[in-house]
This record gives sequence, C-alpha cells and structure tokens, in this order.
Amino acid sequence: MIPRFWRKIKYRYDIVGSVCENCGTQFYPPRNFCPICRRKSKIKEQRFNGRGKVLSYTIVHDTPDEFKLNKPYIVALIELDDGPIITSQVVCDPQEIEVGMRVVKTFRKYFEDGEDGVIYYGTKFVPEK
Amino acid sequence: MKAGIVSYGTYIPRLRVSVDEIAKVWGESPDNVKVGLGVYRKSVPDLDEDTATISVEAAREAIERGKIDPERIGAIFVGSESHPYVVKPTATIVGDAIGCGNSFHAADFEFACKAGTAGIQVCMGMVESGMIEFGLAIGADTSQSAPGDPLEYSASAGGAAFVVGKKGVIAEIEETLSFTSDTPDFWRREGQPYPSHGGRFTGIPAYFRHVTSAAIQIMEKTGYKPSDFDYAVFHQPNGKFPIRAARILGFTKEQINQGLVVGYIGNTYSGSSIIGFSAILDIAKPGDKILLVSFGSGAGSDAFIFNVTDLMEDYPRVPTVWDKINGGITVDYSTYLKLRKKIRLKG
Ligand SMILES: [Zn+2]
Repeated sequence: MIPRFWRKIKYRYDIVGSVCENCGTQFYPPRNFCPICRRKSKIKEQRFNGRGKVLSYTIVHDTPDEFKLNKPYIVALIELDDGPIITSQVVCDPQEIEVGMRVVKTFRKYFEDGEDGVIYYGTKFVPEK
Repeated sequence: MKAGIVSYGTYIPRLRVSVDEIAKVWGESPDNVKVGLGVYRKSVPDLDEDTATISVEAAREAIERGKIDPERIGAIFVGSESHPYVVKPTATIVGDAIGCGNSFHAADFEFACKAGTAGIQVCMGMVESGMIEFGLAIGADTSQSAPGDPLEYSASAGGAAFVVGKKGVIAEIEETLSFTSDTPDFWRREGQPYPSHGGRFTGIPAYFRHVTSAAIQIMEKTGYKPSDFDYAVFHQPNGKFPIRAARILGFTKEQINQGLVVGYIGNTYSGSSIIGFSAILDIAKPGDKILLVSFGSGAGSDAFIFNVTDLMEDYPRVPTVWDKINGGITVDYSTYLKLRKKIRLKG
C-alpha cells in the first residue's frame, strides 16, 4: 500500500497528467501511451491548472468504516478548463453542489492508515469563490 | 537590495465555532468570556485539513500571486506546534505539493507560536548569504485544547506563507532580532494530546516581557520610535494581550487594528502574528513602515521592521485576509467535537 501510493504522490498532490503531443489528447491520471496514436504516441507530462466545472456528481451515504466520520461526501466528474474530465471529491455542503458549478483544486487529507499509520494527502475540489 | 518578502499567502479554514456556543456547554457567561478574552469566534479545521494542508494552500497562494517558479525555491521551513507527524517532516509534503523539485533545503521548526517567524529569519539569512535565491517560510497550526480548558475558546487553525528573496521584494526587511529566555509558561510533553500551561499569571513574565523587550530592542537598535511606524502587529493569543502590549510600548489602536485578527478567527498559534501581518500587507502602501513581533511560549519573540516597496502597487492582494476572516460557516459544539476528534471511537 505505502510504496504504491508514494509512487503516485506527484500526480495526487497536484493535477499532474500527460498529453499526447501528436493528437493533443490529455490524460489524467497520466498515461505513457496514447491509445489513438499508438506507436506514434508523443507523451509529455502536463500540470493542469485545477479549475473547472462539475459535470455530474453523486452523494455517498454508505461508506467504508474509515470514512465514517466524513459521510456524506460528494464525488464528482469535473471538466477541467485546460484538461480532461477527472473524478474527484468535492468538499462542500451536499445542498450546495449542482451541475455546472465552478470548482477549484484544494490540497486535503484523503485518509489516515489508523492512528499510527501513514497519512495520505491529495487533491480535492471546493466551490470557486 | 536587502532580502525581504517577495510574496505572501494565507489560509484560514472556512468552518467557525462561536464563543457563545462553547460557553453555553460549559455553563459560563458568553459575555464574560468575550469581554475577558476579546475573542468572539474561532476557525475550526475540517476533518481533512491539518497543518500540512493549510501550509500547502498558503504556499500555493504565495507562489501564484508572486508568479514564482517553484523550481527556484531553495528552502522550505514549516513552523508549527501541530505538525501531523512527530517524526516525518511537513516541509517535504509542501515541497512535493508545490512542485519545487528535489533540490531544496527543508526542515520543520518548532517554537510554540513563533516557529513561522523563525523560518522567515532563516530564509533571510540564506538569501542574503547567497545560498538560495528564494526561501519559503510557513507558519501554520491546528491547535488542540482540552475540552473545558479556557484555551478552548481561542485555539484555532490557520497559516501564512512567505516567499523570501532579493528580487521583486514588496516588503524589505530593514531589521530583525530575537529576545529569548527559558520560561516554561506553556508546554506539551511527548504523547500528550493537549498542552498544559501555567495559567493566567504567565502573561507578565512570558508574553509581555518577551514581546516588549524585542520591540524596544529593535527600536533602540534602529533609532525609531512608535510614531515612525504606520502599522504594528503583535502575537495574538487573545484579543487583550496585543492591545495591552501596544499600549505599554506606545502604539495607538489605529496602528494595530488592521492586523488584529484574533477576535474573529481565534489564536492560530504559529499563524497568529503573521496572518495579522498579512492583513496589514493587504492594504499597505509603498513607503509604509511595519513592526511585527511574534511570541512563542518557552519563550521568545522575533521582531521585524518592514518597509513596503513600490512593487506593492501592482501586487495582487484579493481575496484579502479580512475577506477570508469574514467568510465562513458556523458549526455547533458537537460538530466541533467530532471535527477535532475529541469524541473517542470504538475500535
Ligand atoms: Zn495521441
């Protein structure tokens, strides 16, 4: 669990994905192979600016035990202004969220591996002020 | 050109709990508490916020506003008394989150509420010696307090980040010095969830002695008197101490009001004096002179004299600190207990 997470720290701490310079397709999470261009793939790492809008969302009421304190929470599909559509948690009142709402990235805690384990951080979204 | 502040950013969690709500639970008179402490509400971190997330958000605002290339930041120091880990630095989390590469000096600082200003001094030394181009100094906390302890009315969460450098300085550091002594006014032992303190009689030998000594020394060293400053900001453990320190030293209410943020967000510990300082930078004009004096229990004070430069004219400062203070969503005491993990869960 720990090594698997820390290899992805860069991509979770910020919205670092990739782009195929041959066809312009953007990826998040990053891919190092373009399924359209295949052998002609020209992949480059790209940091997206972290602003976008909610395309769709769901409010999660039934959570695994480690997220019991957080419920209900919101998971949304977010279309980035300068990038692909990504899935992320949105931190706000469930009454507040709506399709089309502008959101911006924020750095938050994902979960803690118990009281003596590693703390996992990453990107979530909040309503844009 | 001397080293100075190139950019700054702040973060205050959006949740709040009021003094009325806390006082009600403990059977105290809200008005007595509010008058006694000069605190009306305080910020509360959400379940997924801690000193690391506050540090990252403040740092990102500073980097964005100053248009700083993160790769040119050569040092990151995070001052806090509530680092998420006892062993494992917060500064590394900030470094990866802002994308500053791997070639940077990093450490976490601890000196109660003044660890953030200690970071500014270290960055200043490293910049002026030529070791680094830019340094990032952060002070942030999510302070804990035992339920029912008087500290519960004020211990809150927030932070500020400063990019220190020589190029593009918006507030030059004209002078800085520290006043330090071994004074056990407030402490927390390893493994203890809540701090202990010497109670109400520690104000004079701890806070007032260190804050006023540092302020007097820096004015003696530079030849300035209180009326030479446009603004002054002191550490704010409550709303009373900084006002009294200002009066003892001869500063007016007009000089300290803009930076007096504790009444509406509480004591953000390592963030306290520097969020107040940031609120002053939000409205400061070129040529303004600012005195900043932090305080950390244990005990010590760092004093700084800043001169605002012409570059402040074009520096983006919205949303302001006061915008962030005035926003916020109020929660009740039971939600607050859950958020601060004061409810013990089974298993
Ligand atoms: Zn392609």
